[in-house]
Amino acid sequence: MAKIEEYIPLVGQAVIDDLKLLGERLKGKVVQHINSTPVGGGVAEILNRMVPLLRELGVDTKWDVIKGGEQFFEVTKKFHNALHGRAEEITQRDFEIFMETSQQNIENIDTYGDIVFVHDPQPIALIKKKATNKWLWRCHVDVSDPNEKVWRFLMDFIAQYDSAVFSAPAFSRKLPIRQFLIPPSIDPLSDKNRELPEETINLVLRKYNIKKDKPILIQISRFDRLKDPLGVIDAYLQVKKYIDCQLVLAGGTAEDDPEGFKVLSEVQEKAKNDQDIHILLLPQNDIEVNALQRAADIIVQKSLKEGFGLTVAEALWKAKPVVASNVGGIPLQIKHKYSGLLCYSIEGASFAIKQLLSSPEYAKKLGENGKEHIKNNFLITRHLRDYMLLFLSLYYPEDIVHLC
Amino acid sequence: MIKLAKAKEPFKFCTRLHLSELTGLRATTLSQLLDLIKEVPGSCIYHHTHRFLQQHQYLSPEPPNDFSYWVMEVLGEDELGEKLVSIDTMQYSAIRGLREKISLTIEDYLRDSPFAKLKFARPGEEFHFIKSISFILPTNYIVYDLKEFIEVLKKITLDSIYFHIFEARLRLEKPTNDFSYWIENSLGDKELAGEISGFDPYTRTLEDLRNTIIQIVARRIAG
Repeated sequence: MAKIEEYIPLVGQAVIDDLKLLGERLKGKVVQHINSTPVGGGVAEILNRMVPLLRELGVDTKWDVIKGGEQFFEVTKKFHNALHGRAEEITQRDFEIFMETSQQNIENIDTYGDIVFVHDPQPIALIKKKATNKWLWRCHVDVSDPNEKVWRFLMDFIAQYDSAVFSAPAFSRKLPIRQFLIPPSIDPLSDKNRELPEETINLVLRKYNIKKDKPILIQISRFDRLKDPLGVIDAYLQVKKYIDCQLVLAGGTAEDDPEGFKVLSEVQEKAKNDQDIHILLLPQNDIEVNALQRAADIIVQKSLKEGFGLTVAEALWKAKPVVASNVGGIPLQIKHKYSGLLCYSIEGASFAIKQLLSSPEYAKKLGENGKEHIKNNFLITRHLRDYMLLFLSLYYPEDIVHLC
Repeated sequence: MIKLAKAKEPFKFCTRLHLSELTGLRATTLSQLLDLIKEVPGSCIYHHTHRFLQQHQYLSPEPPNDFSYWVMEVLGEDELGEKLVSIDTMQYSAIRGLREKISLTIEDYLRDSPFAKLKFARPGEEFHFIKSISFILPTNYIVYDLKEFIEVLKKITLDSIYFHIFEARLRLEKPTNDFSYWIENSLGDKELAGEISGFDPYTRTLEDLRNTIIQIVARRIAG
């Protein structure tokens, strides 16, 4: 794993110096992260990177995980879907199951941190253990249009925290506690984002039998209706009437998602007569994803709904022109016509793709602007800085904090 | 090359790091936007008139003003957007003056264009009010003359330049930017101080701003 000094060539010495200055201000404080899983999922992925880096910066950081059985996680999955606005039948028994497991965790987990940083709804009830220490609740979910029953249930806990954190402004609502905006980030030194030699990229293209003889459009996403892969094919077909090109739809395997296989087979069916559509069921292989993104001429993210959409940040970091839907956290990453093109429909996506294929200089400029935007706002170094400022904010209630 | 003066007091570079605090307040119409502009904390007005400078510091020219961007891009009120973006922020030495000017501009527009009241933002495109929380920290960079000043200016973060040029003047209500103040009062070079405070930093990217100040000071050193 990369050390903090290795980020200097990417973001500059002064950015790392600032992080060290902040780390010094947090000396003596123990920050305890608590979530529901040590591996798998975006929260664990980011904590695996953040915890060692925070320690390197001098912040005494710990990470604990709650326990929960099958029933508990079924309920929290329902909560998750309901918070995303999906219709879910939530029963009184569901709330009881949630509270029974929460009570066991309350009894078994030591909340020793000066700052206890709780991630997502699963461990939220631990707040009952709040003593004189500070407590933060980090919401990684899009709660712009939540199921009110679940939200009200969670609000009883949220209101007891010192502060809450959301990923996008649209996820915030009036709360009785302070709430902060901290978007997620990508790690520029991870396998998914680091520079790759041309040979590696070519090797991956050969492996999947993709030739570079015509422009490559790519969407990297799970085969999920909310990512609209069928809509991407329609957009590609509209483009192809005028400009010869090829489409790659690449996504992870989805053994635990029966609907994923159904969507995949619909996509395969729709693409079966077109040699220029490549449907790739990728195993969890970050270097291959990286190589495909780097090989693309245009990267598409035509989601119908999106929590944050970090695949957009990954694409922009590679200075690629991006066409993406104006949903979730995507407009935070793309300013229309400056760092990519936003769209609302299949027709809009196809128009934007045609525009970029016909104007390579414009496309290049959008990609360059996008990379700069990600560098300034969505790298892990910014995320580290925001988290350390967040920790400090717990001790300073004012709007202008002098740490001189 | 002129002989470099030693400063009476060194210049201590600070940096300003900011955290965005959400308010949960949102506007879907121009009238709601106006009502909220009048009542939100000054830290919100500061955030929405300066955020662009930091988050999109590579783009130029770009409206350093979220209000203008929203009324143009979401409500389609280009004329009002132009009026808001062309407010001369340099004319205001405190946030309250800037807030009054923005409110007055929208009020006048609503009076003259009653149909503008009828426009709504699409779901998901509401204006969300955010507060800027500033943390000001000293850095390890301390300089005594213009040569040292340039050397640090070349490598200091854009956050630091931003703090000394924008935030010190408008948010901390100092009479001029920190660089000009030091050059005039500690180095006694009124002319150079005036040259730096004389241009409009709002029409430049932060990287341009860094280079422009370096060039001005380098010319001065070269005599």
